[in-house]
Amino acid sequence: MSVLLIAEHDNSKLKPFTFNAITAASKIDSDVHVLVAGTSCESVSKETANIPLVKKVLVCDSPNYQNYLPENLAPLVIKVSEKYDHIVASANTFGKNFMPRVAAALDVSQVSDIIKVNGPDTFVRPIYAGNAFATVKSNDKKKCVTIRPTSFDAAEKSGGSAPIEKVEAVDIPSTSKFIKREETKSERPELGTARIVVSGGRGLESGDNFKLINDIADKLNAAVGASRAAVDAGYISNDHQVGQTGKVVVPDLYIAVGISGAIQHLAGMKESKIIVAINKDGEAPIFSVADYGLEADLFTALPEFLAELNKLNTIQK
Amino acid sequence: MKILVAVKRVIDYNVQIRVKEDGSGVHTDNVKMSTNPPDDNAVEESVKLKESGKIKEIVAISIGEDKAQESIRKALAVGADKGIHVKSDSYIEPLGIAKILKKIVEKEKPDMVFLGKQAIDDDCNQTGQMLAAMLNWPQATFSSKLNIKEKSLEVVREIDEGLETLEINLPAIVTCDLRLNEPRFASLPNIMKAKKKPMEQLNAKDIGVDLSNRIEQLKVEEPPKRKAGIKVASVAELVSKLKNEAKVI
Repeated sequence: MSVLLIAEHDNSKLKPFTFNAITAASKIDSDVHVLVAGTSCESVSKETANIPLVKKVLVCDSPNYQNYLPENLAPLVIKVSEKYDHIVASANTFGKNFMPRVAAALDVSQVSDIIKVNGPDTFVRPIYAGNAFATVKSNDKKKCVTIRPTSFDAAEKSGGSAPIEKVEAVDIPSTSKFIKREETKSERPELGTARIVVSGGRGLESGDNFKLINDIADKLNAAVGASRAAVDAGYISNDHQVGQTGKVVVPDLYIAVGISGAIQHLAGMKESKIIVAINKDGEAPIFSVADYGLEADLFTALPEFLAELNKLNTIQK
Repeated sequence: MKILVAVKRVIDYNVQIRVKEDGSGVHTDNVKMSTNPPDDNAVEESVKLKESGKIKEIVAISIGEDKAQESIRKALAVGADKGIHVKSDSYIEPLGIAKILKKIVEKEKPDMVFLGKQAIDDDCNQTGQMLAAMLNWPQATFSSKLNIKEKSLEVVREIDEGLETLEINLPAIVTCDLRLNEPRFASLPNIMKAKKKPMEQLNAKDIGVDLSNRIEQLKVEEPPKRKAGIKVASVAELVSKLKNEAKVI
């Protein structure tokens, strides 16, 4: 039976994690159908149809879905889901927001944030901030599943030609109103998908000192992350937070600077391929997960680090 | 106006989790337990609204074994007026918890229900949204700023891209993020006074909703351990290792 995946997009193109979610969906069943709900989102449905793993695109183009309000989106997903056994979305703030509404309305117990598909009804998901992995079997007839995007490879983008089918919009409640979205614009790669992440913690001592982190990030073409402590202290905005309740990142290289390594932070980065820790406290827990630890004062180490990087002839981008 | 605030008792956030050898779960015996951290933010926000005069009454609810009352008492000690303990000795999935909460909402008729955005034990991030769907109420998840108007709430939410502002009609569900406020500590006199505040006791089985779990936990295991790394002596050595050994830059 087919899988229905709910695409995340900005009405002009797909968000990167949708490609990872498509890979996860295809491991549940190869007949992956993707619902694109949006406003003037024709380019998104075309982009989706090009993905070889996608077998059918359902597009619902209506002003109702411009801002992805869960109160509006959930009734549409429920209507479309009638013919499907699985409803899948990314376990990010998009999927987390609407999927439980769908599950509750269908009287289904949702399986959140899976990192592995063992079979159509059996999944692995982290619990306790990733300190344990639970293998779970859903006994609901219909299954609502959110997937951790960084645990699955991104699907191929081109070569497919799935048919595009139109879906009628459904009535929406008028109980919630979108006011505005303030997105942090950055020239740097997106934190969730960057190959290298440079993160700062409370050890940075101020927002101004994040310049030291930014300089390294620019040199390495890396994204900038932060611990919850740094975000709480107001050094940097919330969308940079890495951890249990922030973003989960799995870059090739994660550089943690002035971050002690609380359980909640490790939950968001310990699957990274190579971890570097720079901290003046040699006993900091971050060193227990680091491949390379440097016990040093970050205020001298970071300028030196930048100088060393500048000496290199080539840097991988 | 009235707020129902839901709190969950979980393994304390500072405790190093130990997985049971037989794969049946994690060790909870003799482990420090406390209120789920974002639930503390939900309680704090309720109390702040009461102090500002916008809210008349706060009802704190917890579902779980007898010791769940500790989390309710903690809420009462910082300013909640009444507690409801729904006793259950077995694990109930978020779907079942939302069904119980819906019954309590129908009885208590709050204008808002506040919950933490996620419990740090099962990391499901579902209950608030599920309750909103069952009641057919609007929701604001991951809230970091709230402004109550006469018949609506203006809410700033933390999303992956930054911040989003919504206006949602009351009654509504709000799930709280850690940056919504700074939870206060209860003073000793208030902890004593909280013992005299009313606590209604119900049994989950008597609520009259389907609490059957739909998800079987086949096994719980430790995540793969990272192999121990090395300490480097200098920045130059670090860069050389990254370039020549790890080959990541």
